Formats: sequence, structure tokens, C-alpha cells
Amino acid sequence: MGRLRSLLIPGVDKRLLVRDAGNLMPDPTRRRFIAGGASLGALTLLTGCNVSDSFSAEEMLKKVSKFNDAVQAAIFNPYALAPTFPESAITKPFPFNAYYELDDAPEIDGKEWKFEVRGLVDNKKPWTLEELYKLPQVKQITRHICVEGWSAIGSWTGTPLRDFLKLVGADTRAKYCWFQCADSDGYNSPLDMETALHPQTQMTFKFADEILPRAYGYPMKIRVPTKLGFKNPKYVISMEVTNDYKGGYWEDQGYNSFSGS
Amino acid sequence: MSSLAVSDRPAAARAKVIQPAWVRIVHWINAVAMILMVMSGWQIYNASPLFDFRFSASITLGGWLGGALLWHFAAMWLLMVNGLVYLTLGFATGRFAKKLLPISAAGVISDTRAALTGKLSHDDLTRYNYVQKLLYAGIIVVGVVIVLSGLSIWKPVQLQYLTALFGGYDVARYVHFICMALIVAFLVIHVALALLVPKSLRAMIIGR
Repeated sequence: MGRLRSLLIPGVDKRLLVRDAGNLMPDPTRRRFIAGGASLGALTLLTGCNVSDSFSAEEMLKKVSKFNDAVQAAIFNPYALAPTFPESAITKPFPFNAYYELDDAPEIDGKEWKFEVRGLVDNKKPWTLEELYKLPQVKQITRHICVEGWSAIGSWTGTPLRDFLKLVGADTRAKYCWFQCADSDGYNSPLDMETALHPQTQMTFKFADEILPRAYGYPMKIRVPTKLGFKNPKYVISMEVTNDYKGGYWEDQGYNSFSGS
Repeated sequence: MSSLAVSDRPAAARAKVIQPAWVRIVHWINAVAMILMVMSGWQIYNASPLFDFRFSASITLGGWLGGALLWHFAAMWLLMVNGLVYLTLGFATGRFAKKLLPISAAGVISDTRAALTGKLSHDDLTRYNYVQKLLYAGIIVVGVVIVLSGLSIWKPVQLQYLTALFGGYDVARYVHFICMALIVAFLVIHVALALLVPKSLRAMIIGR
């Protein structure tokens, strides 16, 4: 209590302070972490365990999720390639999926857009789309698997991220490449370095041999066929090479952070 | 029994144990793990249903997809570790061979007929009839398949040969769902019969 009291500022209305703090909190509808009192109640009845203290259940589940991150990192084989498919297997139409409607997807002017590179890299020069298009590109036809369970096969063309990391002199001993995007609410996602260096992890500029359409992340998405879809950020505007875990849009809400396939 | 000497009593008491302690412990841990897996699994299913229906929120666990996934990937450890202990001890102690084998088609048919006409005896709970043998052996196989299909959905790249064995990612989802349906169907029959023959439930709690 003593510590709490020392945090109060003389002359500041406590209630107003709390209300302001509340306004800074994220949208509560997206924070329905272990909500659903009915389900928890049902569980209590079925098991006879006291799980009504959802806070401790949530803490326990978060710890297991961190443990699962470590397990997945340990079994991740950097040489195992995601299965590839023939052109005939491509899903048509390939689904658009986001937490907003297509009409609300970022509309980016490719001439204005710059890809910023920050953190533990030698060359922090921002990249224009024209410059990025000149880098050697490869095509992959792989399965995109959504955290929701559905999957779709798509064709993506772009520059292997590991080539780009080498080009800008990134410290590949760092733990993460942290991507930030132009989506409303500022989508972002951390990618562990081992996965960033995987041969199929790609800075994608084309879908089905055409310039990446707005629906799939124009002008650039990061295609990671060894991760669930939400770890494949679209409308990417910057990358930071870092040792700090900076969280991510969905990761912060409870999706497992590694989410490897 | 009345002619038994006093010194023989401990042996007689031991012989009366229907479900050894390890079976009871593993059984109830499995019950909890299965219920957590099924209820969170239904919530995960709801995010992208395979069929034209969703599970009511009142019978799912996790509140939303993210919460359900946390439950599912936590309870899976309980299910897998407990399941491995069960399989290891089941084979090592000879319980599977003794209790579940042999299973004959003729035996299953005659015991099913006896059960449906109310003539199947439950006097000796230490011996399973052929219908029980078939269902208990069958549900072990289903349990193994649901874990393997689950692993192939979770790790379709790292465990791609396993996923391919199931006919690919999308087919593995259906296999996983069908195994869940079989387990739930088994659970309904299993619980109904345990309530019909309460001494079998008692044996699974206190052993005799």
C-alpha cells in the first residue's frame, strides 16, 4: 500500500487518473482472454476443481504457452522445407482474412512507401519498392495454414529474407526480426531468427505471378510457410532486428507466439 | 469362502482388487484431460467449422479461439504423458493382453445379443465381456489416432511425413474430428453403463 500511495500525485483526482488509465487500455472486446463464465462454470462442475479464479488459470496457461514456444523452437528443423505443390493445386480464389473488412485494408502508394530497417543491422538505409524489386526473387507454392484451422495453397514470389538480412548486414545472432505493418491498430509480429533464416521465409512482392494485390498485403508481405498465417505479416513497413521480445498484435492477446507449423 | 483360514485373508483381499491403483489414477487423469481437450477442441472447431454447425458456447472452453488454443495445447501434455504411462504400464504389466485379448467376432456377436436382451452378467467385474474388450481396445486405438492426427495438424511441416500418412493437412482435420466424435460416443455409453452398474464405478474409484 505504501508503494501505491507514493505513486499518487498530490492534487490529481484519483478517479480521473484511473479513467485516463482505462482509456489507454486496449479494446476490452479483444481482451476476452479466458472469458466465457458459462464455460468455466461448466468446467468447474465437471471436474470439481476450483477454476473460478480465472486469473490464476490464465497465468498457468500463459506459462504453458511459453513452454510450448521453447518446445517448438527445439523441434524446429531449419533444413525441413514446407511441402510445395503444383500450380494446379492453388486455391482459387485465395481467401482474404484479417480482423477488418477488405475495404478497410491499408491502401499504400508504392511510390511513397519505404521499407525501414532498424536495430542490429549495419546498413539502416530505408528501401524503396523499386530497389527491392531489383533483388533476386524466387517463387514458392506452399500451404498457408490459418490459426482458425482452414488452409489454402498459394503462389508467392519474392526475395528470401535471409538474403536480405545478409545484404543489410544484420546481426543474425539476434533473437528476433520484429515486423511492423500499416494495418489500422498497428499490426506487428515478432519472428524468431532461426525461422527468419529459413530458406523459404520470403519478402513477398507477388502473388500468383502478379504484383501483390491489396488484399494480400501490397506492397510487401512476409511469407513464412513454417508458421501459422498470423505470423505472415502483410502491408509491412519496417523491420527491427532485436534481442528484445516486443510482442505482437495477436501474440499479446494470447495466440502462441512461436506458432510453428 | 467361509472355509478360508485367517492367514489367507490378505491374499483373498488382494485378489478382490478389480482396478489396481495405477489404472484408477491414470483413468481419472485421462478423464479430466479428455474433457478439457474435447471442450476446448469444440471452441477451436467453431473458428472454422468443418460441417454446417457450431458447438454452443455453453459447452466450450476458452471463451474465444485464443483461449481455447491455450487450453488445448496445455491439456495435450496431460493427455499425452498420461496416455504414454497408460500404454507403457498396460503392455508391461500384461494388463492389455490379459484383459482385452482375445477378441473374437463370435464372442462379440453373442455378448451383444446377450446385452441387448438383458442377459449379460456383470457378476465378475475382473473379466471383461467381448463387447467391453472390443470397446476398450477400440478406444485405445482411437486415442492413439486422435493424438497422432492432432500432432499432424499442429506440425504439418516438422512432422510432414505423419501428416502425409493421414492424407494431408485437411484430411487430418477430419480424422481428428471423427476420433473426437467416437470418443464422445464412447463416453456417453461408458458413463451410462457405469451408472447402470454402480459397483463398476465404485471399483474405478476405490479399487474393489
